Amino acid sequence: MKLSDINSTGTRATREGFGAGLLELGRQNSDVVALTADLMESLLMQHFQKEFPERFFQCGIAEANMMGIAAGLATAGKIPFTGTFANFSTGRVYDQIRQSIAYSHKNVKICASHAGLTLGEDGATHQILEDIGMMRMLPGMVVINPCDFNQTKAATLAIADYNGPVYLRFGRPAWPIFTPENQKFKIGKALHLASGKDVTIFATGHLVWTSIEAAKELAEQGISCEVINIHTIKPLDEEAILDSVSKTRAVVVAEEHQRNGGLGDAIANLLVHRLPGPMEYVGVKDSFGESGKPVELLEKYGLSKKDVLWAVKDVLERK
Amino acid sequence: MTDLTKLSELSAQVRRDIVRMVYQVQSGHPGGSLGCTEFFVALYGAVLKHTPKPFRMEGKNQDLFFLSNGHISPVWYSVLARTGYFPVPELNTFRKINSRLQGHPATHEGLPGIRMASGSLGQGISAAIGAALAKRLNADKRWVFCLTGDGELEEGQCWEAIMFAAHHKVDNLIVTVDWNGQQIDGPTEQVMALGNLPAKWKAFGWDVLVLEQGNNLDQVVAMLRRAKRRTGKGKPVVILMKTEMGYGVDFMQGTHKWHGKSPNQEQFEQAMQQLPQTSLGDY
Repeated sequence: MKLSDINSTGTRATREGFGAGLLELGRQNSDVVALTADLMESLLMQHFQKEFPERFFQCGIAEANMMGIAAGLATAGKIPFTGTFANFSTGRVYDQIRQSIAYSHKNVKICASHAGLTLGEDGATHQILEDIGMMRMLPGMVVINPCDFNQTKAATLAIADYNGPVYLRFGRPAWPIFTPENQKFKIGKALHLASGKDVTIFATGHLVWTSIEAAKELAEQGISCEVINIHTIKPLDEEAILDSVSKTRAVVVAEEHQRNGGLGDAIANLLVHRLPGPMEYVGVKDSFGESGKPVELLEKYGLSKKDVLWAVKDVLERK
Repeated sequence: MTDLTKLSELSAQVRRDIVRMVYQVQSGHPGGSLGCTEFFVALYGAVLKHTPKPFRMEGKNQDLFFLSNGHISPVWYSVLARTGYFPVPELNTFRKINSRLQGHPATHEGLPGIRMASGSLGQGISAAIGAALAKRLNADKRWVFCLTGDGELEEGQCWEAIMFAAHHKVDNLIVTVDWNGQQIDGPTEQVMALGNLPAKWKAFGWDVLVLEQGNNLDQVVAMLRRAKRRTGKGKPVVILMKTEMGYGVDFMQGTHKWHGKSPNQEQFEQAMQQLPQTSLGDY
């Protein structure tokens, strides 16, 4: 695909894609159940709740219990989807997820909204930037961070067909939609968005769109970027990554996460063994966020288009 | 032989197994295991409707049991083996490398009878609630049982779960608390007093039963059956079951000191002399 062919068709929040996907799943599969910890409407789960009240469990502000109940539901054959903010879906309940879900290999889908800086004005208490790292460290956990409304909906549908624990991360703000409606989502399969020869930009979540915009600008300057959407951080599509890097030999990774522990580290871990070379991270530099508008925060913390441009030029210097 | 005689014999054998398992590997938790022997024997021998073979994780149309205080794995393993879940000689592998009998119970190695890992405390009631909700959705009329420690109730998640079960009227659930008054660092009264436990559970909306003699097999069976009759009335049921930690071995009895300690050779021999041999035979 050519970069110029990738255009936004409007904006909607990725969390809305989750809500839409969950409703559709409810209609498709009577084993799907949903739980929330007092954040039903923030995750657009009310559509599911209205249509399937008997399959929806309000847990109150008690996330640890919600994870345990989900594990119990899964034990008895249900496919539970838990919904709360990413912060409360991970760090707050890490031990519950570790023992009752990951170690016990339960078919629980941990659906986590308001991830990253783009949560905005609520500030650092809620802006988790460590969740991908925590979740990808758990053996057997699948970690997915889709990039727009359509892809989040598709991912929500796809994870119900996979038997095992999944962490599905999405966000709060309205964000450009640029992937096809009703796409098929394949867990663990990287999406090649644009071909290029000078550098590969691997991006996940909201930063995929940012990377496309940066790549378009770079193209005008004569720099040819390959852009790959790594919606599944674990299991990582090693083949797609190695194929691209063996061609470009220069890597930029962009994500709305700490540089420590996220997609960048996952790719670095692969490349250091197989194809070492110049690589730059676009991510938060070991810092907490703060209150502000999403775009202001992305700029202040080094996650804007400008930062992707900078990283590409930097890595090309070292090539 | 009456059923009670058989169950008494099983209890005696399970106690010998517990002490042997912990002695062999010089590691494990004999105190709580000995204290809950009657509970496990009553539950698996006289109360649960269950199919050991083939073991089915989902347990449709069977009663399910979740152990929250996973450190008392010796008693559970012994009872599971002796009720047909896996070969009795496998008890020899307890806590050893390449074993299905992990220090704390786990599903990871595929040991039949285990549906959820436990050991990190406070998580079992939540899991049991989830399974009970699934049974309700499936119109499956069987029960879900859970055992938790009393010290374990210091974990906040327990009270999240207790509140949830009452609010959602999870009335196919029977939780038993091993009310032995002991935890690792000493008596619960000193470490973190539980206060008026029956009143706390009642205030959270549960149907509360108190069993004064949790080491009396006959009474444990009767109480579990009574608890079953109390279900289906819009409230979850809890049995506050008073037991003695280390019951059956005089020097282990009534103290927290044998929570997670193994006997030396002399103590092992002394314990085995106090625990009668049975026709079931040692493993």
